[in-house]
Amino acid sequence: MAEPVEPADHSPGSLRIEGASDPARLTRQPAITFTFDGREVVGHPGESIAAALLAAGIRQLRSTRVDDRPRGLFCAIGTCFDCLVRVDGGRPVRACLTPVQPGVDLAPGDLAEGRP
Amino acid sequence: MTADVVVIGSGLVGACCAYELATAGLTVTVVDRGSLTSGTTASGEGNILVSDKGPGAELELARLSLARWAELDAELDDDMEFDPKGGVVVAVGDAEADGLRAFAAAQREVGITAEEVAGDALWELEPHLARDLAMGVHYPQDAQVQPVLASAALLRRARELGATVVPHAEVTAIGLAGDGRVASVTTSRGTFPTRWVVNACGPWSGEVSRLVGVDLPIAPRRGHILVTEPCEPLVHHKVYDAGYVGTLTADTDPGAVEVSTVVEATRAGTILLGSSREFVGYDRHSDGEVVRRIAQRAARLFPVLAGVRLMRTYVGFRPWLPDHLPAIGEDPDVPGFVQASGHEGAGIGLAPGTGVLVRDLITGRPPGLDPSPFRPDRPGLRAPAGIARG
Repeated sequence: MAEPVEPADHSPGSLRIEGASDPARLTRQPAITFTFDGREVVGHPGESIAAALLAAGIRQLRSTRVDDRPRGLFCAIGTCFDCLVRVDGGRPVRACLTPVQPGVDLAPGDLAEGRP
Repeated sequence: MTADVVVIGSGLVGACCAYELATAGLTVTVVDRGSLTSGTTASGEGNILVSDKGPGAELELARLSLARWAELDAELDDDMEFDPKGGVVVAVGDAEADGLRAFAAAQREVGITAEEVAGDALWELEPHLARDLAMGVHYPQDAQVQPVLASAALLRRARELGATVVPHAEVTAIGLAGDGRVASVTTSRGTFPTRWVVNACGPWSGEVSRLVGVDLPIAPRRGHILVTEPCEPLVHHKVYDAGYVGTLTADTDPGAVEVSTVVEATRAGTILLGSSREFVGYDRHSDGEVVRRIAQRAARLFPVLAGVRLMRTYVGFRPWLPDHLPAIGEDPDVPGFVQASGHEGAGIGLAPGTGVLVRDLITGRPPGLDPSPFRPDRPGLRAPAGIARG
């Protein structure tokens, strides 16, 4: 069984390419803020939730329900359903396909185990 | 070195045969033309059912197998997600309810636990079931397993007991001795001398049978499975509609696609939705119309599924025989050539009992169950015209 990944670096903006060092010369709209798992995160309109969280250095988006193993962005194209997060307490959605909105409250897309 | 037994096919039936034979002290070689356990075993649901079987030989094999499954789960070190979760069969309307009641009553007479549940009490077993169903029957003996994990666990243990497992070895010839008995199996990775050959190739068993001049009228009966995104626990038993049993044994119109509803969750949180039965050879393309029908019927039983996304679909090929019983036993014309296939959609559940019967045959033990209904030369093995044999 693989070792769990290192705890995510939650420092905002740690992976984001900015300004003159950006080879794509992206023009971003003004920053927005939202929260993930209680932490404030900075993103930009038009980014997927997964992109904004990855840029913020947040790699683990949820844990598996059987062995509590980390899951994050894997296929990044909506196929694998590994990157599930909850938006404002709703049912889990794919972070890679869901645009980030200002002020949303995101939580890991963990799924309960057991039988009600 | 001459093996006692060469098992052709590393799916769950072959793995059970290999494990039982190796445990009995025989020298076993398992060959597979592809990757291990990559055929029918890798494309099913993992059903271990008594609920869908009426009184008769198949039900007795299912009972023997069910008891063996519980033992295997304790004997093997590896987790194979064996879960005795029980099954719930539901009747949508009154006509279905009458048929299901009669079916369950006949099962109870031979000792199967089949508890009738009123339509307005089904939610106590399955909170998300539609509230307008006529009634249901709870079968606490039904179970589920992850078939690929189970095959891998059995093959691993067989190897520890001395068995040899050879993947990517396609059988090209089966050599016979002067007296007509099997003597060797020639593959793309060499020739294996042997005294017995077990044909556990599922729907492909017909090809292997032809190598010794035997006509086994087996055909691939395709099925679809839909896999949902991981969900909170929504479905707790194996739940299927009463029409499912009808599609198992109905006289087959070769051109028809039969769709019935089977719904169950896996440990990973996905929900598997089935099922379909059709004869289209080995066509691996998913049929969008069949997928849509399966999804609609599943959402009829569990309205909550209408808001759940599908993650993927896959198809698989059941080994169909015309009288819906597996062929298990030695071919009368080719001594040493043992059939272990033709379980159609029940092969996962019936594999352990099949392994026990094959072991008893080869070791000369008194069989744990009357094997005569499964004889490969029984009169029922005559293929109706029009079935794509593949």
